Amino acid sequence: MKHKTGAGRNSGTTLDPNAQIAAKLKALYQSVQEEAIPARFLDLLEKLDAAEQQSALQGRE
Amino acid sequence: MSSEKNDFKREMLAALPSLRAFAMSLIGRHDRADDLVQDTIMKAWAKQDHFELGTNMKAWLFTILRNELYSQMRKRGREVQDSDGHFTESLAHHPEQYGSLDLQDFRKALEMLPPDQREAIILVGASGFSYEEAATICGCALGTIKSRVNRARQRLQDILQVKGENDYGPDETSAPITSRAFVS
Repeated sequence: MKHKTGAGRNSGTTLDPNAQIAAKLKALYQSVQEEAIPARFLDLLEKLDAAEQQSALQGRE
Repeated sequence: MSSEKNDFKREMLAALPSLRAFAMSLIGRHDRADDLVQDTIMKAWAKQDHFELGTNMKAWLFTILRNELYSQMRKRGREVQDSDGHFTESLAHHPEQYGSLDLQDFRKALEMLPPDQREAIILVGASGFSYEEAATICGCALGTIKSRVNRARQRLQDILQVKGENDYGPDETSAPITSRAFVS
């Protein structure tokens, strides 16, 4: 089971230790980075934007 | 509204995937990481007048996120360091979020690093920052970042028992045992 899709072990040859660590770190990071942005953050930005426009309008009156 | 405002929002959106990956790599839990990202967005929004469009939005957001994380950690004590329990708990509920077994081992090893070493190796090794940029984000000297990255690499190799030659990887019996030796 282990190392089925393990980064750094797919070449068939042994990578140097730093390269193995680096490949795993990147794989872990990218697995999150490739996820879609959760809706809560898109909503939050919309709300922040709307709140600011609202207060800008009120400030002008 | 003004196009500057839209540019700010657009640049922030563009940086969010890597900001989440940074938070997740630092904390190891989706729910906490996303809470931290949310706090960071709100902080950044409030401080947007301090941001100069065209400069490095990603580095700016990362700086806010790490400062926010450490200020929360100081407030909560060392709770964030309780990594073993978090890992087991989140693994039980969301196994699909953690990738291959190989990456699960790696995540666990990453959580055993001291926070300063962990952030250094993530910034340089995964986020794509230079040593100089990482030093700025962490507010420390260039040499400090370099030595943290080196120690992080060495420590990860020790924990995961990665060797240059004859590497068969840690087997399922010995890996948890040797890993535990580092925390206790």
